[in-house]
Amino acid sequence: MTTTETTPIEAWTRRVEDLVLDLDLSAVRAWKDAQPGRKAIGFLPTYVPRELIHAAGMLPVGVLGAGEELEIVRGDACFQSYICHLPRSVMELGLSGRLDVLDGMLFPSTCDVIRNLSGLWQLEFPDKFVRYVDVPQNFDPEVGGKFYERLLRELLGELCALSGKSPEEVDLAASVRIYNTNRARVSELYALRAEEPWRVPASEAYLALRAGMQLPPEEHTALLEEYLELARAAERPMQDNARVVIAGAFCEQPPLPLIRTLERAGCDLVDDDFMLVSRWLGPDVPETGDPLKALVDAYLAFGGEASCKYVPDGEDKGARLIASVREKHAEGVIFAAPSFCDPALLDRPMLQEALDEAGIAYTSFKYSENTGQLQPIREQAGTFADTIKLWGDQ
Amino acid sequence: MKCTIGIDLGSTTTKAVVLDEEGLVLGRGITNSRSNYDVACEVARTEALLDARFHLFERTVGDDPDLREKAGPFIEALRRNFQREQHLQQIGELEELCRAHARDTSKGVQRALDGIFEGLRTESEDLFGPGRKPRSDFFRDIAGSRYMALAEWWARKQEVPYETLYGLFDKSIIAVESRPPSTGLQESMAQALGRTLGEWKTEEELTQRLKSGVEQAILTNLTEVRTVGTGYGRARLPFPRECIRSEILCHGMGAHATFPETRTVLDIGGQDTKAIQIDENGIVERFQMNDRCAAGCGRYLGYIADEMNVGLHELGPMAMKAKRPVRINSTCTVFAGAELRDRLAAGQRREDILGGLHRSIMLRAMSLLARSGGIFEQFTFTGGVAKNEAAVAALKELVEENYGERTMNISASSIYTGALGAAIFALREARGERTPEPQTTGGAQ
Amino acid sequence: MNAPVKKNVVKEPSMLRQKEMIAQHFRDLARAKEQGKKVVYTFVPGNLTELMLSFDCLPLHPEINALQSGMRKLSGEYIAEAERAGHSEDVCTYVKCDIGMMLKGNIGPTGEKLPEPDLLLLSYTGCFTFMKWFELLRERYKCPTAMLHVPYQGEGHFTEEQVQYVVDQLRSEIIPKFEKVTGQAFDIDRLRDLLGNSARAEEDLVYVLESAKKRPSPIDAYFGGVYYIGPLFTAFRGTPAATEYYRMLREEVDARAAAGQGPITPDGLLDEERFRLVVEGPPNWTHFREFWKMFADEGAVVVASTYTKVGGTYDRGFRHNPERPLESLAEYCLGCYTNLNMPTRVDMLTNYVKDYEADGFLINSIKSCNSFSAGQLVMMRQVEKRTGKPGGFIETDLVDPRYFSASNVKNRLESFFQMLAQKGQEVPA
Repeated sequence: MTTTETTPIEAWTRRVEDLVLDLDLSAVRAWKDAQPGRKAIGFLPTYVPRELIHAAGMLPVGVLGAGEELEIVRGDACFQSYICHLPRSVMELGLSGRLDVLDGMLFPSTCDVIRNLSGLWQLEFPDKFVRYVDVPQNFDPEVGGKFYERLLRELLGELCALSGKSPEEVDLAASVRIYNTNRARVSELYALRAEEPWRVPASEAYLALRAGMQLPPEEHTALLEEYLELARAAERPMQDNARVVIAGAFCEQPPLPLIRTLERAGCDLVDDDFMLVSRWLGPDVPETGDPLKALVDAYLAFGGEASCKYVPDGEDKGARLIASVREKHAEGVIFAAPSFCDPALLDRPMLQEALDEAGIAYTSFKYSENTGQLQPIREQAGTFADTIKLWGDQ
Repeated sequence: MKCTIGIDLGSTTTKAVVLDEEGLVLGRGITNSRSNYDVACEVARTEALLDARFHLFERTVGDDPDLREKAGPFIEALRRNFQREQHLQQIGELEELCRAHARDTSKGVQRALDGIFEGLRTESEDLFGPGRKPRSDFFRDIAGSRYMALAEWWARKQEVPYETLYGLFDKSIIAVESRPPSTGLQESMAQALGRTLGEWKTEEELTQRLKSGVEQAILTNLTEVRTVGTGYGRARLPFPRECIRSEILCHGMGAHATFPETRTVLDIGGQDTKAIQIDENGIVERFQMNDRCAAGCGRYLGYIADEMNVGLHELGPMAMKAKRPVRINSTCTVFAGAELRDRLAAGQRREDILGGLHRSIMLRAMSLLARSGGIFEQFTFTGGVAKNEAAVAALKELVEENYGERTMNISASSIYTGALGAAIFALREARGERTPEPQTTGGAQ
Repeated sequence: MNAPVKKNVVKEPSMLRQKEMIAQHFRDLARAKEQGKKVVYTFVPGNLTELMLSFDCLPLHPEINALQSGMRKLSGEYIAEAERAGHSEDVCTYVKCDIGMMLKGNIGPTGEKLPEPDLLLLSYTGCFTFMKWFELLRERYKCPTAMLHVPYQGEGHFTEEQVQYVVDQLRSEIIPKFEKVTGQAFDIDRLRDLLGNSARAEEDLVYVLESAKKRPSPIDAYFGGVYYIGPLFTAFRGTPAATEYYRMLREEVDARAAAGQGPITPDGLLDEERFRLVVEGPPNWTHFREFWKMFADEGAVVVASTYTKVGGTYDRGFRHNPERPLESLAEYCLGCYTNLNMPTRVDMLTNYVKDYEADGFLINSIKSCNSFSAGQLVMMRQVEKRTGKPGGFIETDLVDPRYFSASNVKNRLESFFQMLAQKGQEVPA
């Protein structure tokens, strides 16, 4: 084999990277064009129940910003310099018509900025379906659960009204099953990364996950399976890198070059909080009984954790992060948060204190989705990796 | 002759414009603002009044059918020679100060100074020779780079530290710049006239008429009836408060006066960027100024020039040579240096980086324009950055991409737009017209 | 002109009364522990003051402490302290100021040490940062925390389900925590009495705020307004003292209006109303006087502001209702200004510009406060479009002195006022 030949995994990577970096959402357009009357619904990070969109017969599309590719003009006209980058690029995508393919947008309750963005979307796109999707911060099934259940029922009704699907046709249970399968593959991917990180570079895992923001879940599941097979088969040298967990990147995404920079600096990212929507509920949402109730209960009982979610008991602060470090046998944590991200940055000192108590090493930096300066990050991550490799066992 | 004056005290440069009673521009002056706004104001005003005399002369000879044709080249020569006189005078002042500062230094230094100043004087012959035009309006720029070059040579020759010679210049230049160039106006003019006439091969009778025209312009009594100040430093101007107008109003009015069809104005100055929407009378409808972030202002370009160790005026031409401009995402002034070094280290061409930088700065301006409501026909670009060809090219491209075709006006004297607006307000007030009152005394003091 | 003459800052009698009320409150707080009173920390938006008072608790507002620290020029030091302790320079300075004050011994505005909380009442209304803030305080104080999640009005109105959710939380979470912490049983009749007092005071506050519709306006609804909202937005809502304060304030304003007088500024009565403005966004506290003076010196009077609605949008008709105690507390929380969606905020500003006959509106964009600030540039263009009045835009911060550039703000304000003056003189062609 010559070096110029493309390996199957390289071909896979190139194909998926093209899909992921396509700001015109061609894949979504193609899906819609395949059958007249199809509709697609965009959503922002951190979490929305995609099952509802799917059950209503529409395509859920993750709108996670525009990375480093897009020049921002109109988006900057909407936000001051001290607001994070994500809403600028999302606004730019919207005002430049790139999101016209979406028939509606859901804005989850992630932070004040995304919350306000929901209203700006109503003002700028008065003809589009726009919903702010709250989630309960009270986890008592009788209180927060009841509220959330009503909210989801109403949302499902609205989504069906939009898609034109009658309530009798809705098979939410089927959607739950499909997403359970998808989440199971995602878990598998993360498990393989944790076990044999040299087989699954973080950038590839990222692409695999990110593809799910545009593809129908069934197709995405197949794509994940394809990748898992390729990754297991690929001959890649085992490496002695530092095993780290990334925390704080649950909303605005780090650009792909940044993830690659971390890898090159000697860090194996064995866990992260990118695109939590893919993993928020875990693969075991009950498939029997009332599926909507199942989604509610899953959210209350074992929904994911990010800085946008309240931790009722102070003792639990940071517990999830520490558990991830332990389970994945990580040697340290990299706090990577977007600049001006209030939830992540305010959470950081508390999480760091928890790590200090647990004796887990960490380092921290800020980025933005279009960050062009990787050199300082490369140095910092490299030093961190060296340090934990050298001193980690002591 | 009665005249009104507008002064725009910017963070980098101070500009003055003199208007006659008809509202026609008589003269313009510009100087570095430095830290002393009073002096900057005085220097710019004096320069503008000097310039006014050249215009007056132009008018006088313009009325004479025999002279009209000759007038253009003659005035050009006269200006050039006058500048030379001023330049020599400033070299004299610089030498005087350098020598005063060098009183306790070695013989070698003294000899180096002899050499440097002799060199400077000789070079000025050539610098202001026929057909030549110095590339900067400022003595500091013109003399500075030559002084450095000469100092380097003489430092080696005399075996004295270059830093000492550099230090002498550094200590003296501000004082030279701070002296209004009014001293010896008449002699300078007489010298310049003599030299010009010497260069001029023409019949005696015409020469006499040109000469008397110049003398008449010098002797015309210019009465300043009203001055209005504007600009970032306006609060520090040595005028009463009622003679101060905001930059926004003045830029709107100045752009309207220059291009009456203007509806949108973009001004990029040293410290501020402004997007202004005006109506058909030059009245400001809306405006936005840059937020706290200095990215996208002229100052940012200055910073980049320093980082690259080139002159500010060289940036534009270099950027125009970009073949494949790179995309610069971080316009943060603080990070700019680091990103620049990163990219240079990564082997990217300086020209391509600069090309990208100019576009990214103009992107900020586009956002500001969008904040203010957009770009309407016609669009006028003013301020120091409007002189930068790469900035203009990037802006044109972006305007077309985002708004389609727009007439984009850039006046050769766009840097004087604010001062022109201020002078118009001064004129209107002098005529007794109402113009927006500035501050009142408000609540009980 | 600006000769340093000895100046007496002019204050309204109601202002002095308020000062006494606050002083008394801090004296009570200082003695809380010895008197066996329970101290509850909480936030201004969505505050449940009547409920706290019905349990004989003393409320303490970290936001108010922070703004007080800002006014007393201590915030810079506190913020630096918090940043040294690992907080990012990017985040809310109210939080950092409060944390810094805590780290430096928790000395309150009266110079006495503030009591530690017996309960953190996290009324999570209109601001995500509140949640992080009290998680941070909980780390430190290890005290019980009661979380009240107030859903956002994403669709521009609140729903029955949302009210029910908040009431359910009051019943199942908030009231039981109060009962546990205080050892007292919930007394709904006491709550009703307090709510009745509130409604009366609210009526008077609205009267005062709406007096700005007169020409000249007898009040400044921003700089003066922040004083007028004080008692109702903090520890006093529901108390007879607050009701009395608002009666007094109303009379004062009536008297000025009858005399055709303008508002009282720190330099005395404003004698010429040159511009009528609507302001969106909180004020800056570190240079509050200086900031106010930039307006007063130009004869600019703020006739309506949104900041005076953060602790309740009473001018939109809401009143606390003793007949529906828990429901009306829920509706109160849901209706606070920053819990309203952007279209509703644009509507409010548009209506203010029209109803109060403003010449223009101004946005004070606060770096700390994403809840207020994210989207204000879009709001500005919307309000401009709908009212035809020009909008101005300035940037400051709540309590970070590094983020207040007087020359920068003054430059923009002057330009804005001169533009208004120029437009005002425009002769239609």
